[in-house]
Amino acid sequence: MATTSVRTLARIVDSPWVRPLGLLVLLIVLWDVTVRLFAIPPYLIPAPIDVIKAFRVEGPMLLAESVPTTLATIGGFLLSAAIGIPLAMLIAGSRTIESYLYPLLVFSQSIPKVAIAPLFVVWFGFGMTPKVISAFLLGVFPVIVSGVQGFKSLDPDMRDLARSMKASWLQSFVMVKLPHAMPAIFAGLKVSVTLAVVGAVVGEFVGSNSGLGFVLQRSIGNFELPTMFAALVLLAAIGVILFWIVDLIERFAIPWHASQRQEFFVTA
Amino acid sequence: MSLSLRMVNAMDEPKARRRLIEVRGLEKTYRTRDGDVPSLKPIDLDIHDGEFVAVVGPSGCGKSTLLKLVAGLIPPTAGAILIEGKAVTEPPDDVGIVFQSPVLLAWRSVLRNVMMPVEVRRLDRASHLERARKLLKTAGLEGFENKYPWQLSGGMQQRTAICRALVHDPKIVLMDEPFGALDALTRERMNLELQRIHQETRKTILLITHSIPEAVFLADRVVVMSERPGTIAAIYDVELPRPRSLEDMGNPVFSALTQTIRGHFYARGHLD
Ligand SMILES: Nc1ncnc2c1ncn2[C@@H]1O[C@H](COP(=O)(O)OP(=O)(O)O)[C@@H](O)[C@H]1O
Ligand SMILES: [Mg+2]
Repeated sequence: MATTSVRTLARIVDSPWVRPLGLLVLLIVLWDVTVRLFAIPPYLIPAPIDVIKAFRVEGPMLLAESVPTTLATIGGFLLSAAIGIPLAMLIAGSRTIESYLYPLLVFSQSIPKVAIAPLFVVWFGFGMTPKVISAFLLGVFPVIVSGVQGFKSLDPDMRDLARSMKASWLQSFVMVKLPHAMPAIFAGLKVSVTLAVVGAVVGEFVGSNSGLGFVLQRSIGNFELPTMFAALVLLAAIGVILFWIVDLIERFAIPWHASQRQEFFVTA
Repeated sequence: MSLSLRMVNAMDEPKARRRLIEVRGLEKTYRTRDGDVPSLKPIDLDIHDGEFVAVVGPSGCGKSTLLKLVAGLIPPTAGAILIEGKAVTEPPDDVGIVFQSPVLLAWRSVLRNVMMPVEVRRLDRASHLERARKLLKTAGLEGFENKYPWQLSGGMQQRTAICRALVHDPKIVLMDEPFGALDALTRERMNLELQRIHQETRKTILLITHSIPEAVFLADRVVVMSERPGTIAAIYDVELPRPRSLEDMGNPVFSALTQTIRGHFYARGHLD
């Protein structure tokens, strides 16, 4: 009896989500101890308990505000995928297009998005559009980079194999190139979705009267640090959940991928 | 088992000596940004129907280039390749290729990998599915049809690749160092396997290898190439009766021939 319960406990402790959770709890304890030990005033760093209180009082407001942020994130992310993947295909498919487009894309990455975000407000007004664009601008680059890498990493022998069968462009794309690039594309999508959260918040910082970014801005202005920390926690949660959803889709879309292949091996 | 494989009976023997592949004054120079890379000097070679020809040569001498030219994957700089009298200008239908790495699609099961040429060429599915299963069975892969390539050993993967090259029943099979990545024991087994396939199907096989014993063991003729830009240094007939067994490697004819071929490389450098 006792041994089975110990074993169950051991299995729970060993499961992949317990470890980061344990670390998180440790960090929160450390945070609490630090705040108490050095008597840090709550207008600089609130204690964890203050943040929990803020959740209790302003929970409904925070949850309501996270809806537009999440929607903007998903919108920007989907746009990143819809534009980034075909763009990666074009760049990987043609040296000419690559030589024109790639340097410009890299160059555009060094433009700080926070600096140009107000421009979108001027162009598109307050509301959803500037946030989605801001999320897209941050999210699209990793999709392009990893997509290009995925499409380009095809074994030359594999290309010759398809050609030796007289495969049409569409056949070799659907049967060989696209599936081959999928693991890299998904790696890019996972980075993209977390960056899209940042992009949406940046969009809300500069021109919005809704969303968690707006809450962050306002609570800092009013020295409501517990609320601000609560909003931060919520933002992190949104990022984690979206990342996890993309990860889940990956498992279904490309179950054969190396990072998922552990189960059974045959030798002969 | 041999229902779907092309068998040769005594009646076909005279016809089997007919020239199937003719290589005429074939030259290849790769044009790169750093200048021209001459890879093949004029080559002339005839390969008969049902013949097993092995090509050995130092690395970089243009063996793969020769194979790609025959496969219609790259255009020649000069000269021509004729298959059944027709110039090769695009990948011919009657050819199957095996590369050094198995190049299997990781997202397809073994059976669906073997069926890939059938899908791409839009051949009749039902009859070829039966053929694919038979090929896998004779290759000792029965029961592995629904496994994925990564669940197989290197030798099994390469056997799958060979089945894929044979599935549309091509007259010609081109192989570019197909066993180069395998360990010595697996390699010997694959050699026996390949000999069996050749015996049973009478395919015309062009095998590129850097193993002289492998070439002599398998081939009717061994083509020896010189260093880059490659050309044919010599062609040897292998006068050993078939089927050959691994013990035949101790045969004086076998040792004498491998020794002679080896002499070509030690005269001016190494084989690999
Ligand atoms: N696509 C290519 N572009 C330029 N040079 C090439 C290309 N492919 C092969 N070569 C050159 O041609 C020569 C012959 O190559 P290859 O046929 O692969 O030799 P082998 O298969 O005998 O080792 C080598 O010197 C190689 O560098
Ligand atoms: Mg080679």
